[in-house]
Amino acid sequence: MMRIFSLEEIKKSFFTCLWFGFLTFPIMVVRVNTIEDVVEWRWNNLIIVVFGSFFLSFLWRYMIERKEAGRKKAESGEAEKKPLVRRIMDNPRIYRPLLAAVAIFVLSFPFLFSSYQTNIMTTALIYVMLGLGLNIVIGLAGLLDLGYVAFYAAGAYTYALLNYHFGLGFWTVLPLGAVVGAIMGILLGFPVLRLRGDYLAIVTLGFGEIIRLVMENWNEFSFGPSGIANIPRPGFFGMDLSLTAATNYIYYIMIGMVLITIFFVNRLQNSRIGRAWIALREDEIACQAMGIDKTKTKLTAFSLGATWAGMAGVIFAAKTTFINPASFTFLESAIILCIVVLGGMGSIVGVILGALVLILLPEYLRAFSDYRMVLFGATLVLMMVFRPQGLVSDVRRVYQFKGATEKGE
Amino acid sequence: MEYFFELFFSGLTRGSIYALIALGYTMVYGIIELINFAHGEIYMIGAFTALIVAGVLSLLGFNELSILALAALAAVVYSSAYGYTIEKMAYKPLRKAPRLSALISAIGMSIFLQNYVLLAQTSDFLPFPSLIPDFHFLEPIAHLITSAEVVIVVTTAVVMVILSFLIKFTRLGKAMRATAQDKDMAMLMGVNVNRVISFTFIIGSATAAIGGVLIASHIGMINFYIGFIAGIKAFTAAVLGGIGSVPGAVLGGLVLGWTESFATGYVSSDYEDVFAFTLLVLILIFRPEGILGRSTTQKV
Repeated sequence: MMRIFSLEEIKKSFFTCLWFGFLTFPIMVVRVNTIEDVVEWRWNNLIIVVFGSFFLSFLWRYMIERKEAGRKKAESGEAEKKPLVRRIMDNPRIYRPLLAAVAIFVLSFPFLFSSYQTNIMTTALIYVMLGLGLNIVIGLAGLLDLGYVAFYAAGAYTYALLNYHFGLGFWTVLPLGAVVGAIMGILLGFPVLRLRGDYLAIVTLGFGEIIRLVMENWNEFSFGPSGIANIPRPGFFGMDLSLTAATNYIYYIMIGMVLITIFFVNRLQNSRIGRAWIALREDEIACQAMGIDKTKTKLTAFSLGATWAGMAGVIFAAKTTFINPASFTFLESAIILCIVVLGGMGSIVGVILGALVLILLPEYLRAFSDYRMVLFGATLVLMMVFRPQGLVSDVRRVYQFKGATEKGE
Repeated sequence: MEYFFELFFSGLTRGSIYALIALGYTMVYGIIELINFAHGEIYMIGAFTALIVAGVLSLLGFNELSILALAALAAVVYSSAYGYTIEKMAYKPLRKAPRLSALISAIGMSIFLQNYVLLAQTSDFLPFPSLIPDFHFLEPIAHLITSAEVVIVVTTAVVMVILSFLIKFTRLGKAMRATAQDKDMAMLMGVNVNRVISFTFIIGSATAAIGGVLIASHIGMINFYIGFIAGIKAFTAAVLGGIGSVPGAVLGGLVLGWTESFATGYVSSDYEDVFAFTLLVLILIFRPEGILGRSTTQKV
């Protein structure tokens, strides 16, 4: 630690802060008001940037050094200490009561807090579901899908349009939303199968934008930018629910859906197809050489990922009762990506944590919420640079041969 | 016929701008095989810097031509500085990481820069002064092509010629080609790979900044979001022409510009962006190596 504050290091930080002061000068300090023809000089921003970058540059170098040290340790075969969350999860004496406490808290949440809070929680749960769905595509199969929001939009529009034209109810459309999502996943999957990772990202991004632009411009079909209003909330055996009851009801539906998602994703992860995804992520060519059908594997990843987005879309439409294309921009895809990256690609606990942190923090720290997107962007960069495995890293199931009679993990 | 020529020239202008931005994509991709997602944002920052400098200078009472020169210079300097810094912070630590990591980092950088400008400046569209003066000799065909359009097309041509010269005949260009072919081998041959990569980012950012200033003063409006769409379209242009190839980027830009211009002119203007995205999806599916690119087989 002492070495960090040596003269050499201070000099480095000094130049860094000068550089950042120069770099941010026109955009942070000067603002030209073209209507009144006056220039606003905001010198206090310059001071913040210079001091901030001076101190952050120490932190930056310290983190880089720590990462290098960690890499060297890993190379020399020293076992890495298990992260805290993983240690908790491996110890049943802490893990079981903790799980019970979480379950009780989650189930009694609507009775403890106002329906405003319940609403926010439902939103966070929708993102948990989206994160888990995208986790299949990115985390397990290693396919960077930047147009994930298109499937979400497809689900939402499926419910809104079927309800508007044919009066179909929530419970009828929920499985239909899943089917529409899956079909769209396959439709998108087919043409992009041959593409390598980074091209795939751009094509899916283009696809997501095409869907949004079509929804915005095709007035006869989707009612354009004005969207569709008065979408009914889910029915409860034909009863009329009050607003609070309906909010709580959707909350419990969401809890149920998240549990189902966790169950499915967990089972998928260790199944034949799940292992094929991981193999595909690690090395495409080796994976093919092992006799895995690349086409089938990629298509299932796309369609299974899209299924959850389709269902989440139906629930989103039922929750907000109003949808328009503005809810399905690229930024939405970026937020879901950020959830998966922050939580840890491939890790279910991580994705849940990531969604809760990224959705709830800006809601509760209002001062923070202006800086939400800046922080999301910075999170993506910093996580990739310093902790690419995410908050909770994914543990691979290890199969060990323990002699002829004993078989186990 | 006149309508056709109008569309032709507007497509040419659009295409030139796409080409200027695509050059940065293509050069960076050629060297480190990374889609620099934040490239569109660098272009946007160039336009904003030019706007701010032009605003300050016009209040100080400079004349038009010196404003244009100084604003363009500031845009080029700042964009290059941003490009350099982004590479050092977000891409260099990830050079040995999986490609997906670097790409996610680039996306994060893009979102960060967009919202940084949004917070520090404004979310509104700002009027951009038209810095390019009117030429008198163009008056007879002024209804077909404006002087700003002529300047844009000529600048693109000049930049492309300079870049091709730089890559083919200078020491730096040789080092760049060596690095693109085999980074480790280039390093063994005494090429300072880090410096070559930095220079590539600086040159790419500078061309993007020129594009930013030109298009902003042609259209007359900028906001923090212009980089995103322009970035994707320029990427389309780069892929269309064959990513990694400098003439390819220009050709791709022109093809894309004309496609958009004619499609919006003769089909429907509501779906302007849809045409570009559809073209991108179609090329990537049917000819991912692009018009001038060579297909590579992956070796194990």
